[in-house]
Amino acid sequence: MIDSAAPAPAPAPAGVPTTDAPPVPSAPPFPHRDLLTIQGLPAREISVLLDLADSYVAQNRKRDKKTSLLRGHTLINLFFENSTRTRTSFELAAKRLGADVINMTVQASSIAKGETLIDTAMTLNAMHPDVLVVRHPESGAVKLLANKVNCAVINAGDGQHEHPTQALLDALTIRRRKGNLDGLTVTICGDVAHSRVARSNIYLLNTMGARVRVVAPPTLLPPAVERLGVTVFHKMTDGIGDADIVMMLRLQSERMAGCYIPSVREYFRFFGLTYEALRAAKPDALIMHPGPINRGVEIDSEVADDIKRSLILDQVELGVAVRMACLDLLTRARRAG
Amino acid sequence: MSQDIAYTNARLLDPASGLDAPGGLLTRGDRIIGVGPRLFNEGVPPGTIVVDLAGRCLAPGFVDMRVAIGEPGEEHKESIQTASRAAAAGGVTALACLPDTDPPIDDVSGVEFIARRAREVKLVKIFAQAAVTRGLEGRELAEIGLLDEAGAVAFTDGATPVADARVMAGALSYASTFGTVIVQHPEEPSLARGGAMNGGELSTRLGLPGVPRAAEVILIERDLRLVAMTGGRYHAAHVSTREGVEEIRAAKQRGLPVTCDTSPAYFTLTEADVGEYRTFAKLSPPLRTADDQAALLEGLADGTIDAIASDHRPQDQDSKRLPFAQAAFGIIGLETLLPLTLAQVANGRLSLARALGAITHRPADILRLPLGRLAPGRAADLTVFDPDQRWTIDEAGFRSKSKNSPFHGWKVTGRTVRCVVDGRSVFHAEAAAAN
Repeated sequence: MIDSAAPAPAPAPAGVPTTDAPPVPSAPPFPHRDLLTIQGLPAREISVLLDLADSYVAQNRKRDKKTSLLRGHTLINLFFENSTRTRTSFELAAKRLGADVINMTVQASSIAKGETLIDTAMTLNAMHPDVLVVRHPESGAVKLLANKVNCAVINAGDGQHEHPTQALLDALTIRRRKGNLDGLTVTICGDVAHSRVARSNIYLLNTMGARVRVVAPPTLLPPAVERLGVTVFHKMTDGIGDADIVMMLRLQSERMAGCYIPSVREYFRFFGLTYEALRAAKPDALIMHPGPINRGVEIDSEVADDIKRSLILDQVELGVAVRMACLDLLTRARRAG
Repeated sequence: MSQDIAYTNARLLDPASGLDAPGGLLTRGDRIIGVGPRLFNEGVPPGTIVVDLAGRCLAPGFVDMRVAIGEPGEEHKESIQTASRAAAAGGVTALACLPDTDPPIDDVSGVEFIARRAREVKLVKIFAQAAVTRGLEGRELAEIGLLDEAGAVAFTDGATPVADARVMAGALSYASTFGTVIVQHPEEPSLARGGAMNGGELSTRLGLPGVPRAAEVILIERDLRLVAMTGGRYHAAHVSTREGVEEIRAAKQRGLPVTCDTSPAYFTLTEADVGEYRTFAKLSPPLRTADDQAALLEGLADGTIDAIASDHRPQDQDSKRLPFAQAAFGIIGLETLLPLTLAQVANGRLSLARALGAITHRPADILRLPLGRLAPGRAADLTVFDPDQRWTIDEAGFRSKSKNSPFHGWKVTGRTVRCVVDGRSVFHAEAAAAN
């Protein structure tokens, strides 16, 4: 019933990725140096990434999880914003592939005082890393940095712009449970305005043929959000009605009062995910959250912990596999050369 | 004894009188003493230096009513020396600089400092716009009367809006005593707070905080009420939205003493030029949409928008090579004012007279300067330009100390050939090329 411009990605068996035939046999499967955005990635390339990630899920469940694919390669985790789970996930992904990992956490404020972002980029570049994984509180900062270095750059979240590996791991999580993304109804709930996760997910899900909805008070929606290819709702039961996937967003504490929402309890009353609200969704609807969860703010604790409905821990597990796939693909040209 | 200079074989362009004809112009010392199609019918008087313009356009020197200079305080971005050279190369013979310097120009000594430095540099005429409020803080009025007497040509807090309605009402009301104009940066600050670009689909896609267009309209609407209440003269700087233009058009029809300007960036670029976080496309107010562009050009064509100002705001690399939201606002514009304005003549959106009027007599009138006209007795401030010369804007060629132009690499048509201030040649393209 659902037409999609892109061929529906086959639920990938844990195949050997290098033998998956890309449409043009001579073209590299992922012809980019960096992974900075989901916006602009065609369905074919997203499928290549997800298929490869699928194969790494199997590897990660074995007793010996480590390979030597990236032996001799250096990955620098450069985080200008605190993050435990994303940084750890990248670190684990790189180590399982045999790379050397350096973690650098820089307070963005100290950067503002002295060394500029570009100075930092040039300094690190001189150390010949193979991959830079960068998170920065400003939209576009990772792109700015990528312009100044010679290595592969992965955007681990820039401001309110994009968080591509999060969208990929979300897509993999959905695909493994539902078999396919094409034709699913996915509802994203919460602070879309300030969310890079929401933006990357909206682009990816649209590209892969899902129907995307957002539910939030208008104060937490960015201007012209419908132009990104979503249907807008302001009532939870309407927005998650017949949804296959309900994706909750974290409400940052600095937005919990002020001119976005009057109070946390009011937010939870109208936009929190409870069993009662979830009744509107499909009976087999699944729940996702990029973490960390604010229990009782955007999601009821019981719902979050419901192992039959909640995919939150699957997301964490698959995040490592997705990042391994990204590292593998982005270093191929380098390894071949 | 001052030498007479005859400019012959010119295409005379005087937008104030509507003159557009082949002819000549004669200067003596710092004054024009004759102009017209038949001026040299009897030949050039003996003992006169002859400058044969070979059919090129001779217009009143351009008057640029909005130029930020880094002096005092940010001379590493632009000094009065470098700004003067950039102005002369762009055909700008007179400019009105902004008071948001360090320290701000909010007292008589600041105005006198600018005048003294302009005299020392002695290239183009530089007039100071003084602060409306002390320290640009938006609370207490600056000494408007004394500053006016010292030569301030307008009052503005520069890139900071006068946000407090009571202060604005007081400024308009008090300034009306002296007939001077209050220039507003029309942007409601609480609504625009944190904004880095036009609010809309693109800002959403880029994840950048937006400045809603209503921020401009709200402050213009409020100020127009205050103008009606006080009778003070009001000028809205760099109008960027369709609704802003419409508000001012309606106010003029009601007879309010209101004027406005825009700058070439706003009718040449749109928010799409931000592309992937190009900080050279970060302006305040932000670049808007194609529809706003069209409205600005309609406003210029029907005279709602009085002036085109370069809105020159130099920024060094350290201010621009930053994540977009952290980068400084503004672009340089003195050396690109003419070709970007002429581009709208070439594409039929503006008549040549309207376009030139917006950079000559109309801004001069707003600032109450006796400039911007080709007429006997007027100052010999002249710009000669070749309207057909094609060239590529190249940041390496800028006289400005800062290079923050989004137009680097653009192919444009129309270029200043000579620039004359008070009869003195301050720029000559052939001589510049020979160096």
